Amino acid sequence: MSVLSHVGAPVGGPKDTVREPVAGQRRRRLLPYLLLLPGALWLALFFAVPAVQLAATSLYDPAGSLDLGYAMTWAFGNYPDALAAYWPQFARSFAYAGIATVLAVLLGYPLAYAIAQKAGRWKNLMLVCVVAPMFTSFLLRTLAWKTILSDNGWLVGLLRDLHLLAPDGRLLATPAAVVLGLTYNFLPFMVLPLYANLERLDYRLLEAASDLYASPVRVFRRVTLPLSMPGLVAGTLLFFIPASGDYINAELLGTPNEYMIGNVIDSAFLVRLDYPQAAALSFLFMAVILAIVFVYVRRAGTDEVV
Amino acid sequence: MRKRPRLSPSPETAAVLGLARASRRAVMRGILASGALLGAGVTLAGCGTAGARKAEGSCVSDDLSAGEKTINFSNWPQYIDVDEKDESKRPTLLAFQQQTGIQVTYNEDINDNNEFFGKVRNQLAGCQPTGRDIMVLTDWLAARMIRLGWLQKLDKTNLPNVEAKRLLSLRARSFDTNDEYGVPWQSGIAGIAFNGTVAKDVRTVDELLTRPDLKGKVTALSEMRDTMGLLLQSNGHDPTKFTDAQFDDALEKLRKAVAGGQIRRFTGNDYAPELAKGDIVACIGWSGDVVQLAADNPKIQFVVPESGAIMFSDNMVVPNRSSHKSNAEKLMNHYYDPKVAAEVAAYVNYICPVEGAQAEAEKIDPELAKNPLIFPDHTILARTKVFMALDEAQERSYEQKFQQVIGA
Repeated sequence: MSVLSHVGAPVGGPKDTVREPVAGQRRRRLLPYLLLLPGALWLALFFAVPAVQLAATSLYDPAGSLDLGYAMTWAFGNYPDALAAYWPQFARSFAYAGIATVLAVLLGYPLAYAIAQKAGRWKNLMLVCVVAPMFTSFLLRTLAWKTILSDNGWLVGLLRDLHLLAPDGRLLATPAAVVLGLTYNFLPFMVLPLYANLERLDYRLLEAASDLYASPVRVFRRVTLPLSMPGLVAGTLLFFIPASGDYINAELLGTPNEYMIGNVIDSAFLVRLDYPQAAALSFLFMAVILAIVFVYVRRAGTDEVV
Repeated sequence: MRKRPRLSPSPETAAVLGLARASRRAVMRGILASGALLGAGVTLAGCGTAGARKAEGSCVSDDLSAGEKTINFSNWPQYIDVDEKDESKRPTLLAFQQQTGIQVTYNEDINDNNEFFGKVRNQLAGCQPTGRDIMVLTDWLAARMIRLGWLQKLDKTNLPNVEAKRLLSLRARSFDTNDEYGVPWQSGIAGIAFNGTVAKDVRTVDELLTRPDLKGKVTALSEMRDTMGLLLQSNGHDPTKFTDAQFDDALEKLRKAVAGGQIRRFTGNDYAPELAKGDIVACIGWSGDVVQLAADNPKIQFVVPESGAIMFSDNMVVPNRSSHKSNAEKLMNHYYDPKVAAEVAAYVNYICPVEGAQAEAEKIDPELAKNPLIFPDHTILARTKVFMALDEAQERSYEQKFQQVIGA
C-alpha cells in the first residue's frame, strides 16, 4: 500500500534496527504477554470459569434439585425445553430492544451530529448533558419514569386532553412504557460512539460534495452516512445488546405481559431455583445475541472496523 | 452497488485494517480453540453437584459465646426502632448491649428473601460460616432452610420470655412444629388494601379480581404463598392443608384475572407508592405497609377478608457454623420482653408477636395499642392462617406454575 510510504518512521524491517543484546530481545518478546496478563487473568477468572460452569449447569439433569444435588447427564434436552416454554419472552426481548434501537438511532443520530458539528462552544456542555443522567443510578432513573408516566401525571393528562389516549388509557404498564424506558436508559451508549465518529468528520468533504451540486440529502446519504457507519454500528451494538438483556424496565414499567427474557432468567435462578433451565436460557440468549451481531456486522459491511 | 468507493484510510487505520484482515483466520482458529476448551472444561466440571441438604447437627461450630461477647445480626431495612434524634442509635439494641455486655453488629442487609438465599446459599451448602449469628427470614425461607438442615436448634432454657410470651397463633407452625428453630421477629398479614380516595370499598378477593371499575388498576403480590393463600381461601379452601387440584383451581382464577387485564402486575413492596398515588387503586398487600400509608392518607385501608387472610412472620434463626448461639438466644429473649417489644412495635408497624406488649404499648401511645393491625383482636386472628409447609417437590411445582401465570 502506497499510503504507508509517507509514514516516515521506520516500519521495523530487520535492516533498520540496530542489533540488540539477546537479553533485551527476549524481554521485548515477553513484554506483550506481560501486558496481556492482567486482562487475561481477569477474563479467565470472571468470564471463562463462570461460563464453563454455566455451560455445565445447563446440561445437568433437570430432575435434580438443590436439596439432593444435580447429576451431570448431558441433558441437551434442557435447551429445546427452555425455548419451548419461554419463546414468547425471547421474541419480546428482541422485538422491544429492536424497536428501542431504531428509536435511539432516530433520536441519537441528529443529537450526536448537532453536538459534533454545530454546537460550537456549547459542545462540552451538551456532552455533559448526555452523560449526566448516568451519574444517577439506573434504578432511580427508571423509577423517575414511573412518576412521569403515572396514570395521574401531567403527561397522561395532556395526552388524554389531546385525545391521543383514551379517557381510561394509560402509559405505565404498557409495552410502550417499556420500549421508551429502554430507549431512554441506553441512549448515551448510542450517542457517544456516534459523536466520537461524527466529531472527526471532515467538513471539507461535505463542502466538496455540495460544490459538486449534491443536494443536502444526497450529501448525507453519500458522504456523511457512509463515513459514520463505524460509529453507527458500534452505537447500535452497544445499545442493542444490553437493552435486549435488560429486565429492570420490564419489571418496573411493564406488566407480566411485557416480561423479557431477563425477567425469566432472574426468576429461574432466584425464585424457582431451576438452575439447569436458567443456565440453558442464559446460554441460548448469548448464542442468539452472538448470531444477531455476527449477521448484522456482516450486513453492515463494516467488518474491518469491529 | 454494495461497495462504494471510499476515501483512502489514514495510514494508521490502513495498518490496523491490514492486520485485522490477516488475522481473520487466526480469529476463526481462536473460536474453534475456545470451543474445544469449553468442551474440555464442561467435561471436567461435568460431575454435577452434591446435594445441599445437611444432616442434623453435622455442621455446627463450637459455641464461643462465653468468651466472645459479640453477635452479627442481619435484618431487613427499617425494621427496628431508632432514636428520633440520631437515627444511627437503636434504643432497644443499646439497652441489650448495656444489660449483657454483648456487642451487636446490626446489618440491614436483607432486602429480598430470594436474593438473600442466593447470597448465603453457597456457604451454607458448603458447611462454611456465613459470618452471621442471627438472620431474619420469612416463614417459607426459614422452612426451606430447616428442611435443608442449615439452621441450629435453639435451646429453650435460654428463651424463657419467648416460651411464655409468644402469641398462640405463632406456636407449633407446620414448618417448625416444636418451635425449635425460628422465633418470630415481627409478623404481618397479607390481605386486601385499597385507596378510598379513588375507589369504592373493596371487601372480598372476588371483588378485587372481577370488579370492572378496578380493571387494570389492581396488583397482587409476587410472593406465591401470600397471593395464592388468599385465593385458596376465597374458594373456601384451607391454606394450611390443600390439594394440588385446589391449588390449580385457585391458580386458574388468578390466570383469568391476569388474562382479562384486571391485574396490572405482581409486586413486592413497591406497590406502596403506587397505591398512594392512585395508579393502583386496590391490591393484595401487606398490613405493615398499609399502616404506614394510612398515617399519611387515612383513606388507604387494609381489609382482612371474611374468607380469610394469610399470616406470615419474619423469624430470627441461627445459621449453621455460627459460633455465638447462646448470645443470639439472649438477644431473642430480650426482644420478647413485652416492654421492649412495645418499643419496637411503636416504630415498626407490623404485628407484634409478643403477648402482653399491647398493655405496655398503652403506656407509650394509647392510639398505637388500639391499632388492630399491630395488636390484632380475636376476630382478625381467627381469620388469618399460616400457609402450609411445602416439601421440595411441592415448592418447586407450585412456584413453577405460579411463576408461569405471573409471566416469568
